[in-house]
Amino acid sequence: MKTSTLLGKLVILAVAAVLTAGCTPSAPVTTTVAQTEGITEAPAEAAGASIILSTTTSTQDSGLLDAILPDFTAKTGIEVKVVAVGTGAALKNGEDGNCDVVLVHARSDEEAFVADGFGLERFDVMYNDFVLLGPVGDPAGLKADHQDDAAAALKALSESKTVFVSRGDDSGTHKKELEIWAEAGIEPAGEWYVEAGQGMGPVLTMANEMKAYTMTDRATYLAMKADLDLEIVVAGDEGLLNQYGVIAVNPDISENINAEGALAFVDWILSAETQSLIGEYGIEAFGEPLFFPNAIKR
Amino acid sequence: MSVIADGFQQAFQLIVSGDGEMLAIMFRSLTVSLSAVGLASLIGLPLAAWLCHVRLPGRRAFELIVFNLMSLPTVVIGLIVMLTLSRSGPLGSLGLIYTAKAMIIAQFILTLPIVVGLSYDLMRRNGKRVLELAVTLGAGSGKKTRLLLREFTPGLALSSITAFSRAIAEVGAVMIVGGNIRHHTRVLTTAITLNNSMGEYGMAIALGLILLVLAFGVNSAIYFLSGKHRENRT
Repeated sequence: MKTSTLLGKLVILAVAAVLTAGCTPSAPVTTTVAQTEGITEAPAEAAGASIILSTTTSTQDSGLLDAILPDFTAKTGIEVKVVAVGTGAALKNGEDGNCDVVLVHARSDEEAFVADGFGLERFDVMYNDFVLLGPVGDPAGLKADHQDDAAAALKALSESKTVFVSRGDDSGTHKKELEIWAEAGIEPAGEWYVEAGQGMGPVLTMANEMKAYTMTDRATYLAMKADLDLEIVVAGDEGLLNQYGVIAVNPDISENINAEGALAFVDWILSAETQSLIGEYGIEAFGEPLFFPNAIKR
Repeated sequence: MSVIADGFQQAFQLIVSGDGEMLAIMFRSLTVSLSAVGLASLIGLPLAAWLCHVRLPGRRAFELIVFNLMSLPTVVIGLIVMLTLSRSGPLGSLGLIYTAKAMIIAQFILTLPIVVGLSYDLMRRNGKRVLELAVTLGAGSGKKTRLLLREFTPGLALSSITAFSRAIAEVGAVMIVGGNIRHHTRVLTTAITLNNSMGEYGMAIALGLILLVLAFGVNSAIYFLSGKHRENRT
């Protein structure tokens, strides 16, 4: 008796495991259903009841979205369902028609996304910057020698084989890190190069535990700073700037796409009011803004 | 739909070509979970047998506790082990965080109550005759424990295998304490999670299929073992 129920559970678990691995991320699947309902229930209502925003973990984990999205919902009556994943997966969600709008930070990928017909038009929204972190005291001495030269700093780490924790998850931050390695002319590999395959938060915890160096967006670092024995060792390099773009997904991809809701979102996030909301976020909690709005006035 | 079709095609290519990283991840999964369950069985099975026949005040309370521990959520185990092994934690000086050893510890904690709970339940329900026989033979505590273990070997193996299937399929604890580090602590479940989030569905499906085959293999073993077990007893 006991065994058979257990067996049943295990089979269900196993099947569920494969289903989640086989499909696109499970969250959009469930939300698509809700969205379809919204459309069929209220066809007259222009924008529909909700949109799905596929974005990077940084906008979610930094608390920015929680701070600004209620304003959008208050103004338009449209609920935003946020799917926070890596930039690669966020764009993929758009390609598969599993979301209505994307807010990500990998410019060349975004431009390709539009060029390939998956997105309508790309707009700059805001930027933040990446920083290199090291253990307090900076044992590798990056601060002294390469304070504003990220490529030279990474090169120094690779030469001294100092432990560096990489996101290793194909996220926007990971791609940025790889760009800088490429700029330094190094293909990082070896015991000292730790490929975590996790989000920014877990990677910061890991670097903290290992007394290692890592690269992060400033927002996540500021949000977690209190619990970390890590300090900024390299910042301000032009190559460390991180531009976010917003793109409405091309409604031709799928009939489930809420195009009007998506365009309303794009208009809203580019509006002067929202832009100042973005610029104010973080000042109260961290003493400095986390994102710098730079949408071009339309 | 093409995502799924492409994914499966890629997955089969990976499996057929015996992709090195994929195989390494599979062996790491097996090593970690087998070690954890091995340790849990080594300690848990004799412990359960001993607890069956020893005078135990508050037996009800003990049974309730073990029964509840059998459903410890893996993320909670991960959190506890992480906090214990982290640099600032009580056992931080051991330097075990983000190692395979930490993952084995977490899965040991996960599987020990399962091994103890299932095997204790089995021997407590069906062990009366064996224990009466043991008393007539004048057996001491150690002898009684050994007799129980010998008599119920197939059922005990079953409880270990059940624990193994739970261990190999869990992602919460190994993700937290192992950190999913490539070439070091990345196992089937954490690799599937990562590849899914990267949109690398081919690799995710390949690893998922391997995990399925392992899980089904284990369940088949449970099926046959329990079948044989029943035959022996009638």
